[in-house]
Amino acid sequence: MKLGLIIISAIFINNFVLSQFLGICPFLGVSKKIDTAVGMSIAVTFVMGLASVICWAVQIFVLDPMGIGYMQTIAFILVIAGLVQFVEMVVKKTSPTLYQALGIYLPLITTNCAVLGVAILNIDKSYNLIESLINGVGAGLGFSLAIVLFAGVRERLELAPIPKALEGFPIAMIAASLFSIAFLGFSGLFSGLL
Amino acid sequence: MNLWKDFSNGLIKENPTFRLVLGTCPTLAVTTAVFNGIGMGIAAAAVLIGSNLIISLIKKIVPNEVRIPIYIVVIATFTTIVQMLIQAFSPALDKSLGIYIPLIVVNCIIIARAEAFAAKNPVANSIMDGLGMGIGFTVALTIISSVREILGAGTFLGMPLFGEAFEPFLIMILPPGGFLVFGLSIAAFNKITSLRKS
Repeated sequence: MKLGLIIISAIFINNFVLSQFLGICPFLGVSKKIDTAVGMSIAVTFVMGLASVICWAVQIFVLDPMGIGYMQTIAFILVIAGLVQFVEMVVKKTSPTLYQALGIYLPLITTNCAVLGVAILNIDKSYNLIESLINGVGAGLGFSLAIVLFAGVRERLELAPIPKALEGFPIAMIAASLFSIAFLGFSGLFSGLL
Repeated sequence: MNLWKDFSNGLIKENPTFRLVLGTCPTLAVTTAVFNGIGMGIAAAAVLIGSNLIISLIKKIVPNEVRIPIYIVVIATFTTIVQMLIQAFSPALDKSLGIYIPLIVVNCIIIARAEAFAAKNPVANSIMDGLGMGIGFTVALTIISSVREILGAGTFLGMPLFGEAFEPFLIMILPPGGFLVFGLSIAAFNKITSLRKS
């Protein structure tokens, strides 16, 4: 029951992009085409799930017993950087076309605040291993949902006549704002249960 | 003269928030109140100046292949120092910025300046660049958070501005307001700079 609530909350109610503002850079950067958005969201979901588990283990088995909790930021970012390097190597070997399409954004997952954010939030909320994994994957799916839907909107925005000053980022932000209003509709859901 | 140019570059010409559109996550997340916006701006500026200084000092001894992980460790170290300072001196700011303080480490402005500027330029220039970019970021956060706090809560730095009858636009301090104000500010910035050019 709690696991179900965590996953629904991570995808809809506390959507990482639209209500917590984590992972905005790739959200704006890779959402110009649906294909690349799908590729990016698969990579991010995978890294977020793995990072949740490994960072949880690092916190519980290394940082806490040694009493060096203040090293959390440094330790987590190194774990994530290593993971991303690994995923990059795997994608390069298995799917060169996807590797081409993701381009610079693959190494940039390291500096995607959603990944570090979910790892720190898991510890802050004192989730156990399974809950961390579910929260990580759920947050990744929430990111995917937002970025893929948004890519669909932006493909149409390309064709729309827009005032000069609003072209590019500003109109994308305004579209994201409308998206975010839609996601606010989920905020009352389960308020009694969470 | 050259130092002044490096300093002023970050204020308008390459303003990290409005022109380069970097570091968007903290820009959107913490600008619900002016106090938080200024606090985040100063914290990020401190990390930026420190990391620019160190990276510029060690640029000759860092092997090219592993430079990014090394930069990240330097930035993470400064972020941890800043986090501990905020926890010690301003627990209220620590509470309201929350998870976004450790997330300074993944603020793209800092890694971008390390890679694009500090790794190629002398120490003094790098410090000036960090200072200019940091002030540019702080000013941008202050502008956005002022708009959001005044419209969304009817206050400025916690002081009520309007009479009892004022009904705040609650949406402005909710997530959609963040996107909206940020988008319109970039548009206004583009408009003003293009008018000045012509």
